[in-house]
Amino acid sequence: MSDWLIYRTFWDLTVTGVALGSIYALVALGYTLVYGVLRLINFAHSEIFMVGTFATLITATNFIGIPLLEEGNYPYRTGFTLIAILLACIVGGMVVSGAGAVLLERVAYRPLRGSGEPVGAVVLAFATAFTVSLVFTETTRVNFIIGLVFTAPLAILYLRIFRRGRQAPRLAFLISAIGASTAIAEAVAIWSPRDREQYQTPRVLEKKVLFEFFGTDVRIDYVLVIVGALLMMSALVLFVNRTRLGRGVRAVAQDVETAKILGVNVDFVILVTFLLGGVMAGAAAMMFTLVYDQTRFNIGFLLGVKSFTAAVLGGIGNLRGALLGGLVLGLGENYGAAIFGGEWKDVIAFVLLLVVLMFRPTGILGESLAKARV
Amino acid sequence: MSLSETFKSLTSKPAHVVSGVGERIGDLPKVSRWSLIGVFIISLYLMPWWPKVPVLGWIVDTPGTSFEGVITDKVVIYVLVALGLNVVVGLAGLLDLGYVGFYAVGAYTVGILSSQHANLPWLVCVPIAVVVSMLAGVILGTPTLRLRGDYLAIVTLGFGEIIRISANNAEWLGGSRGISKIAKPPNIGPLKFGILDAKPYFFLGLTVIIVVVFLLRRLENSRVGRSWNAVREDEDAAELMGVNTFKFKLWAFAIGAAIGGLAGTLYAGKVRFINPSNFPLQLSILFLAAVVLGGTGNMWGAILGGAVVAWMPERFRGFADKRVFVFGVALVLVMVFRPQGLIPRKIRKERWLANWGPGASARQSAEEVSRG
Repeated sequence: MSDWLIYRTFWDLTVTGVALGSIYALVALGYTLVYGVLRLINFAHSEIFMVGTFATLITATNFIGIPLLEEGNYPYRTGFTLIAILLACIVGGMVVSGAGAVLLERVAYRPLRGSGEPVGAVVLAFATAFTVSLVFTETTRVNFIIGLVFTAPLAILYLRIFRRGRQAPRLAFLISAIGASTAIAEAVAIWSPRDREQYQTPRVLEKKVLFEFFGTDVRIDYVLVIVGALLMMSALVLFVNRTRLGRGVRAVAQDVETAKILGVNVDFVILVTFLLGGVMAGAAAMMFTLVYDQTRFNIGFLLGVKSFTAAVLGGIGNLRGALLGGLVLGLGENYGAAIFGGEWKDVIAFVLLLVVLMFRPTGILGESLAKARV
Repeated sequence: MSLSETFKSLTSKPAHVVSGVGERIGDLPKVSRWSLIGVFIISLYLMPWWPKVPVLGWIVDTPGTSFEGVITDKVVIYVLVALGLNVVVGLAGLLDLGYVGFYAVGAYTVGILSSQHANLPWLVCVPIAVVVSMLAGVILGTPTLRLRGDYLAIVTLGFGEIIRISANNAEWLGGSRGISKIAKPPNIGPLKFGILDAKPYFFLGLTVIIVVVFLLRRLENSRVGRSWNAVREDEDAAELMGVNTFKFKLWAFAIGAAIGGLAGTLYAGKVRFINPSNFPLQLSILFLAAVVLGGTGNMWGAILGGAVVAWMPERFRGFADKRVFVFGVALVLVMVFRPQGLIPRKIRKERWLANWGPGASARQSAEEVSRG
């Protein structure tokens, strides 16, 4: 019986698996890039993705003004309008996620690397004052004002401390990332209008069947996701391999000290790395809302874990590995869920990872952004 | 030695003492040292009454929830877990993001043996649960410890999830309903382990912690502890020097898992009802945060970190739903300003040289002679 089920839905699973895998792959690129350059698991990357989904939502509903429902129907658009809306959404997601990733780097990571960092000092100063003010009052506006008043003096103090310049141990980065990730997710949960509830995103794209593939209907949103992800990834690979800045990224990934000696602006390269990762996550966020039509403050966590798994599966630090890992994970999960039941989906993902790592300890393609050492 | 002299030697800095409270205490005469430690331990046992002490009470008390409940249900458990995880992360330098898995294995073993499929008393379940957790550590460790650093992190993270989801899906393990009516610890004299009074559980937990601390101290200063140091600082160098790195990493994993499982048994014995949602992935991350926050590799740091992470959200319950946000911001701030943790591990070079450096044995025997 179950064999028959697999046979019938095999291609169906394949199509959805590839689409899901493409989203994983796009998010995985962010992990892989940062890991390749800094040897750091950017734990907060999942929240950058989550913020991207909200940016897409806000772009669509607040800036363009698309309602969730029009007279009881989905607000479908067609032709040029549709393309413009989709482009605006993806750009919105990419800009916000990219900016978020850069800010994250400056606030949660750079101070730990021991460089004096004004932006980080200011944001941290504000966060400190704001958080402490929560003890005294619950009114968000008052908290905000107190935060702003104390930002300047605290920022000066912080900057002085940062200037002492110490390199923190690697684990400190991880915990700082975990803290940032928690704070971002919670901030969205607390200060968004509908708190912790799920948000529907307007469905502008009518999910028509585009063509048949071995007897399976292929919906247009899947095609868009797969094609879009491939385009984004190719652009990224070209950027890293062909441009001057991309060479800088590879140089820093190979050897930070030598790159510094040879005149690479390491801090700038790291910033670019985070920006690239963030932009990819933003694109993935828009594609995610395109397929699932919803978002929530805690949406990032599991998807982030899966994407990181995908990155490791393919060989972390390796851009093509992220793609391969994402696809293998998306497909493996889907097939596995069909065989063992949907409730085992996450277990299958991790068992797959375990099995692959036992035979190929550095992932399927190995680590190569820097022709890396371990 | 008079009281004032004791105080003096604790506050002033003698020439040969490098630094640190620990060394100053270690430098005291035996009688003063042990009485200090005794007073400290007694004050810990009096913790349920801390909120009644004037200034201290205002600081530690948890408005809106019972302080006794917080220290028994959370602080004791987190401290024990942090101690165990500190062995894995701090001493051996292995990044484990799925530690909650071992904690769950411990709790579930007690649940299965005392309620779900058998009726064994709690005391019998505990050693079995510890052994089972240890086995789980070995089973997970054997294939994965050959991986390095961050690969290990993601694999262990997966392990934690596998345990939780399996417990959720397998009817044999109680499924999503979980296991109820778990056996409680047996009454010891006047200590009645009931529902109303949380204190006996606290005393039990604290005693377990003290025993574990004592054992870990012995371990840290043994051959095993030195091997962990070597593996953590430079695995290749350790391997070259003839340390069987795999073996010692596996030991760290197993011992860490055993302590995690022990914490799980305490938890199960206290709450007497467990289900898979008690063991989310986020808990692993919280445990790791406790260790790093306190100071990786420093046992006292792990204890402090565990206590702070468990207690702080309860202390600031006034924040209501904002406390998790506050916790996140606090984590970033601590890492930015104290990247080594609240109580960093000191690499006591002078002391190390005195014990292991060139001429150490001669100096030691000279000291022994001078002591008589």
